[in-house]
Amino acid sequence: MKLKLFAREDGRYGVRNRIAVIPTVACVNHLAEQIAAGVEIADAYTHPYGCDQLGFDRELSFHCLERMGSHPNVGAVLVVGLGCEEIDAEELEQAIRQHRTRTSSMIMQQTGGTTFCVEKGIEICKQFAAQLAKDERVETEISHLTIGVECGGSDFSSGIASNPAVGVFTEKLCAAGGKVVFGETTELMGAENLLRPLCQRQETYEFIVQSIQKMEQTALDLKVDLRGTQPSPGNIAGGLSTIEEKSLGGICKIGSAPIVDAVPFGGAATKAGVTFVDTPGNDLACSLGLSAAGAQIILFTTGRGTPMGFAAAPVLKLTANGTIYERMKENFDLDLSGILTGDLSVDQAGQQIFEMVCKTAEGAESAAETLGHREFSLYRISPVLT
Amino acid sequence: MKRAILLSAKDTVATALQAVLAGENVEVADRQNRICDRLTARSPIPQGHKIALREMAAGEKIIKYGQVIGQSSDPIHRGDWVHTHNMESLRGRGDLV
Repeated sequence: MKLKLFAREDGRYGVRNRIAVIPTVACVNHLAEQIAAGVEIADAYTHPYGCDQLGFDRELSFHCLERMGSHPNVGAVLVVGLGCEEIDAEELEQAIRQHRTRTSSMIMQQTGGTTFCVEKGIEICKQFAAQLAKDERVETEISHLTIGVECGGSDFSSGIASNPAVGVFTEKLCAAGGKVVFGETTELMGAENLLRPLCQRQETYEFIVQSIQKMEQTALDLKVDLRGTQPSPGNIAGGLSTIEEKSLGGICKIGSAPIVDAVPFGGAATKAGVTFVDTPGNDLACSLGLSAAGAQIILFTTGRGTPMGFAAAPVLKLTANGTIYERMKENFDLDLSGILTGDLSVDQAGQQIFEMVCKTAEGAESAAETLGHREFSLYRISPVLT
Repeated sequence: MKRAILLSAKDTVATALQAVLAGENVEVADRQNRICDRLTARSPIPQGHKIALREMAAGEKIIKYGQVIGQSSDPIHRGDWVHTHNMESLRGRGDLV
């Protein structure tokens, strides 16, 4: 099966052709936001970090920003720095330039005040936009798709209906040679028995189990009951009593597709089939991890409802909770409540998801995109040392 | 009649698809829509929450999806609402360290 996508210099394919305005440090977030606001196809990748970061923590932030700048949905990049932070704007631009030709950087302390920098940034992005407008989609195989699967604000309906429907999609895309990435390590706790037979290699299973144990150890070290954050108060109100129950529902998103690889946060999915990425359950951090792994689209199931999108990738919202669908209709892309009323089979729902993903890949906007939800954040892994 | 779904034949709880009042009869169906049990709710059960399919002593494993989702923290009767008030997680229990 073929899809029309944007071909990138590094051999990957994008479903969007947008400009990433990436601040290297929180001090210039406002600049990035103002620049992006001045150009229709530009997104500000604002985050609270970039300063007071050392060692592996700094490297992970740098690497994730590099992965965003070289994301297949990004056609041009403007890196905006202040000038005294550890993440150097020019160094980041050089790293992104290994993958992209349309890059630029601007360091505020060497350029001017807010007004001048915003004007200059908009001018650079408008030049990029004129070039991007000339790019045309090319027909290529569906196997070039990498789809992230994620759940947030889960309730009883997620594990019974929407996640199994996504599982059918996962099986279909993997059978067509595509890639699916999943994370949410904390939300695999209790689902180990189901993961083992899906992993093609013992090392993959062991990597996943060790990742789960690390997350669980954090709760043990803090001497707290994980219940309260996992499941969250919303999950509990929605009928999920324990993390095991939430995990067993969450894992349905990969169906019975083979897990071919497992990578740490920031790692890339390189093989056809399902790849596990070690991410927290936090929705934004997970979206970052899945996008950094190469996801061009994120399928997001929810039972409680959530509006979140993501800067680098369209996020498609699915729910099988008919009440929340009616209440937050504009935030959803697909209503799967028919699975619970017996009007829609899980297989039919999986086919609907497949068709929706193909349309989205060829340019149809997700509800989150239409509503301007293009959130972003970095994932910080060490305490502040200054 | 109110409906609950049984996800695996081994399960000791089913998920109520509609809110159930105490004393109401509930029909339990599997994923293929085959009726496999009928019981009376002993307590109100909110939509999407679990109903016990059998008697359980405190400390018994509770099964859903054919897997362990935790254990009973109190005795549970068939027809009871099963949730955080009478079941607990076996994972991430730093409070018990």
